[in-house]
Amino acid sequence: MPGTSPIENLLASREILVTCGPGGVGKTTTAAALGALAASRLGGRVLVLTVDPARRLADALGLKGIGNEVTEVPAAVFAEAGAPLVGSLSAAMLDTKKSWDDLIARHAPDEETRDRILANPLYQSLTGRFIQSHDYIAMERLYELHATGEWDLIVVDTPPTRNALDFLDAPNRMADFFSSRLLRWLIAPARSGLVNFASKPFTQIADRILGTEFLGDISEFFISMQSMYGGFIERANAVARLMADDRTSFLVVSSSEAVPLREAEFFAEQLAQRDLDLGAVILNKVLPESLTDPAAARSAAALEEGAGRLAGRLATDLKLDEQAVERVLATVAESYTDFAVVAHREASARERLPTQGAPLLTVQRMEGDVADLTGLLEIGRALLAPSP
Amino acid sequence: MGAAPLVERNLIFVTGKGGVGKTTVAAGLAQMLADQGRTVLGCEIDAKGDLSAAFEVPPSEFVPQRVADGLSLMAMDTEASLREYLKLHLRIPIVGRIGPVAKAFDFLATAAPGVKEILTIGKVCWEVRERHYDTVVVDAPATGHIVSQLSAPQVINDLVKVGLIRSQTDWMSQILGDPDQTGLVIVTTPEEMPVSETLELVAAVEEKTDVDIATIVVNRLLPERFSPRDEAVFDKIGSKKGRAILDDELGGGALPLLEAARLATVLRRSRTQHLDTLRSGLPAGLPLILVPELFSRTDGLRATRQVAVHLGEELL
Repeated sequence: MPGTSPIENLLASREILVTCGPGGVGKTTTAAALGALAASRLGGRVLVLTVDPARRLADALGLKGIGNEVTEVPAAVFAEAGAPLVGSLSAAMLDTKKSWDDLIARHAPDEETRDRILANPLYQSLTGRFIQSHDYIAMERLYELHATGEWDLIVVDTPPTRNALDFLDAPNRMADFFSSRLLRWLIAPARSGLVNFASKPFTQIADRILGTEFLGDISEFFISMQSMYGGFIERANAVARLMADDRTSFLVVSSSEAVPLREAEFFAEQLAQRDLDLGAVILNKVLPESLTDPAAARSAAALEEGAGRLAGRLATDLKLDEQAVERVLATVAESYTDFAVVAHREASARERLPTQGAPLLTVQRMEGDVADLTGLLEIGRALLAPSP
Repeated sequence: MGAAPLVERNLIFVTGKGGVGKTTVAAGLAQMLADQGRTVLGCEIDAKGDLSAAFEVPPSEFVPQRVADGLSLMAMDTEASLREYLKLHLRIPIVGRIGPVAKAFDFLATAAPGVKEILTIGKVCWEVRERHYDTVVVDAPATGHIVSQLSAPQVINDLVKVGLIRSQTDWMSQILGDPDQTGLVIVTTPEEMPVSETLELVAAVEEKTDVDIATIVVNRLLPERFSPRDEAVFDKIGSKKGRAILDDELGGGALPLLEAARLATVLRRSRTQHLDTLRSGLPAGLPLILVPELFSRTDGLRATRQVAVHLGEELL
């Protein structure tokens, strides 16, 4: 539909929006901007779930901090920014370790199993030190919050993963992991005291490489976890279904630089391949259009050439030092030319970006850092542009 | 600190927050060292092909490929690394049927923390130990992952008491912890988030690993356009009257020029503040290298060469 805003449409019709994309392109800020926009424009109970412990985001939302618990943004913050709340906006940050512990507590059949798992060094290492666990738990926490039915819209940003799509695969990987034959091989000897024929080569090698004691630790850990396998698999499958559901859309966020754009393109392709809905591609930090304006480029050339003559007139009329004026004019021309190269490079990369049919939205580079709700809402408004 | 100069070390990890130009700096560093006559292996951990793209060559593979004088590239592949490791060290009959073992291992790597990391770090340490190259430059994982990568030998030591892996971690730790051999380069830009992540990373590396932070590279520094006095002049030229004169002389189009210059000035000013925050937050004595914004048309070989020149000026 020409004239309608793709973002407004998404904010009004989806229950979950996931911002994903390469690191360092403003995913978290975009997610917060979308949440603020929805809460001030469309109403409903809106939650922003972030994985980024950015202090600035908490400040911008007028919160003391954002923790694992959901915190509501005071209405006064919106009133001060001149955008009264229609609905409500809350924020929560993902605390990986705490979310894992909660998950174990929820699924554990009894307190003893729970405590044994929580105390296991392997478990602590898995959840505390290694990023892979982040991917799964982010989706798990999202599912849990969605299932409370408390939220009309949840905007979530994703961890910057090594493999761009790890977080999408995480629920399935977790399900595969727990139903795997290899896992049975691994824990079989510890349970029965016997090594069965099929698992023997594996056990031998694992033993040579890792040592019996460590294998024992692993086995113990998984035996403790076994009582929860069923729950885990069911849950992981439910998370995967929610992602593929038509209530959920993905927003690929990038900047216009070559490397992030390559990743964004890959992301869009992968989402299409998995039949997941790509709602829009959002490009942040776009340079002003005037930098690619041929008329402005001609003016820059004329300025460079005529700096001396112009300096004379400007210096006289504005009562300035002629040499200083000439120096400044030359710098103005040079600065324009420098940035024009970058703007052209980025504009051309944007034009060539395949978006799998999704609308491409751009947000101009902000002059300072986004420090308050006004800044977030400014980004939100830029995203509201109707589809071309 | 008494460590060797960066250019004389054998193993250099380059990390940084996504989007700061980590790969370009890793490529520029590898290029600069190769230009000095050293044999260099560039190793890409993420295997997204960004490092090869910086040299405009096809995506690299696990087996190093020579791409220029003194310069080879490889892409990390933990399964291939395991294959090589088993072949070199284990010599057990199962080697012929690597498929199921690798699969089992891949599974185990998910279950047992540090296994994937040790295969990655082990491969690069091995290249260093065998002296196949003068320098191995690793385009390492982004800030969120680098600490678990570099501390993998310790993690393994904590968890695994015996076994082949355990016996391998000592020599790796020795290479990683030797500031004459190994150095970490953290790339950042003078922007808010990259600076705060860099400061956090410096603290985490010092606390959790033995790896020496050799230098911080501040990428994309904007040139100072105006001195404070010239800025006052610029403001007057940008006034209504000044703009009218410019429009008259240029036949219109003054506004976009002035706006571009103003954007450049504002960006420069905010970046200078973030650079100051970085400087004051870093431990004393940690070197800082500045690389200017390139304003280049691509981020390919030309950008790599320009970065190499800047790094050479600072490091040689």
